[in-house]
Amino acid sequence: MRMVAVVGASLAGLSAARSLRGQGFDGRLVVIGDELHRPYDRPPLSKEFLAGSLAETELALEPDDEDLRAEWLLGVRAVGLDGPQRAVRLADGSEVRADGVVIATGAAARTLPGTDGLAGVHTLRTLDDARALRDELALGGRLVVIGGGFIGAEVASTAYALGLDVTVVEAAPTPLAGPLGETMGGIVSALHADHGVRLLCGVGVQGLRGVSRVEAVLLEDGRSIPADTVVVGVGARPCVEWLAGSGLELADGVRCGADGRTGLPGVVAVGDCASWYDPRAGLHRRVEHWTGARERPDAAVTALLAGGAVEPGAPRPPYFWSDQYGVKIQFAGHAAAADSVTIEEGARDDRNVLAVYRRSGHPVAVLGMNQPRLFTRWRKQLAAAA
Amino acid sequence: MMIPACRLVDLPRGEAYRLDIDPPVSVFHTDDGEVFAIDDTCTHQDASLADGWLEGCEVECPLHASKFDLRTGAVDAPPAKRPVRTHEVHVEDGMIYVRLSLDAPNLPPCVAARLAGGPA
Ligand SMILES: Cc1cc2nc3c(=O)[nH]c(=O)nc-3n(C[C@H](O)[C@H](O)[C@H](O)COP(=O)(O)OP(=O)(O)OC[C@H]3O[C@@H](n4cnc5c(N)ncnc54)[C@H](O)[C@@H]3O)c2cc1C
Ligand code: FES
Repeated sequence: MRMVAVVGASLAGLSAARSLRGQGFDGRLVVIGDELHRPYDRPPLSKEFLAGSLAETELALEPDDEDLRAEWLLGVRAVGLDGPQRAVRLADGSEVRADGVVIATGAAARTLPGTDGLAGVHTLRTLDDARALRDELALGGRLVVIGGGFIGAEVASTAYALGLDVTVVEAAPTPLAGPLGETMGGIVSALHADHGVRLLCGVGVQGLRGVSRVEAVLLEDGRSIPADTVVVGVGARPCVEWLAGSGLELADGVRCGADGRTGLPGVVAVGDCASWYDPRAGLHRRVEHWTGARERPDAAVTALLAGGAVEPGAPRPPYFWSDQYGVKIQFAGHAAAADSVTIEEGARDDRNVLAVYRRSGHPVAVLGMNQPRLFTRWRKQLAAAA
Repeated sequence: MMIPACRLVDLPRGEAYRLDIDPPVSVFHTDDGEVFAIDDTCTHQDASLADGWLEGCEVECPLHASKFDLRTGAVDAPPAKRPVRTHEVHVEDGMIYVRLSLDAPNLPPCVAARLAGGPA
């Protein structure tokens, strides 16, 4: 393999570039990204960076002295892939033809229809988004967060610490019930009320009121919640439109095997845009967490360089963390697979629990709130058992 | 400076012992029976590496999974970018002693600010 193109210059793309060099790839390496920035870390965008306690330079994912001998094409969008030729078409009309292609285009924040052009309405995915939101939060006032998922909850927590008046609106009866299950979703989202942040559940958003600038969020039950700023945190969709017609299977992300290999030879997919096969569960899923985007490129690059001649090792159970209201939340495994959940340590009212999810008595997931030590032990055990 | 940490028999393989000095230092007993000492605080954020995942000669940070080599302090991947300080270890009469490095520690920005008396 003489030339590899990595499309997407964020965590998964950078990790793939590193794995390539780390695993001895000595050829030409081109990294294509549509943002102008060098790879930066997204988790602080809803936390320390948004709060103003972490400088922009600290977001860099690369140490100063790192040299991957890569050609960086930044600020250029990939608009198509000729699958059999492995040629990436770019928005400026040029083409990058490679022996191997790593797809790492991540995900983009979902928006609400009909909110375009209304000032004061934000989504949060990129550094540019975070800069804009940070400037607006600095003005104070009333913030309404639409969506009680992890990003929404973190923004609410950060804005609360900045002194804003915060309301979170969640369509489901319990926030985070998807990733954490009803019981633990309820315990984690109780953090909002602990801090006087209003949480309105089980009610959808009908629309926004305002002429040039947002004034209120209108709920489906007729209520109107006044707002100076609105953050829409309703999830993300994989950035795979540019792959239409490439011959890749696209179903909620690029479908790939347990090692990131796609149906096209010489093409692998990693990170938030990829729907990996999970051999334990027997299904494909897209895991939108930092650690997967960081670790899985190692396996995908091994598969790419070996041309599929190696058997993929079992990936570790998915892991993510979140920081809300000063509580460190950690989760590993799959809550949906569980038939029971028990608090093994700590007290729910102190928000320092370690909870284990089991299926037929066997641990399938673990949640920690301010329990890093115990959590790590359980996470290790979960990986060993899997 | 030589600091007595704990008795070797009190530190099973695969475990870590945190010395509560400032900044804290941790002693690791690997599954292969080797003993190493490094700064306990991750260079990325305020996490205790003694709470981390020890495998071979590496410890994985309990929060964001950067791995540090216990022999050299080197870090493998983001989000941490800087190595941790390593310290010399001596075992004498069953007691583990740590000789503190004279290098400046690579503390994460939030901890460094707190030690300097600034905002956390
Ligand atoms: C605000 C925020 C907070 C988060 N906090 C946490 C957390 O606390 N814990 C956790 O586990 N995870 C967290 N995450 C998730 C984590 O950041 C992601 O899982 C991770 O960034 C995924 O990396 P990626 O490289 O796959 O995708 P991305 O980071 O989305 O990067 C994809 C890159 O590809 C570029 N791109 C897209 N399309 C094209 C194209 N056609 N051509 C060229 N370039 C393109 C994009 O512009 C982007 O730069 C958070 C995410 C956000 C947004
Ligand atoms: S605190 Fe150690 S990697 Fe982040």
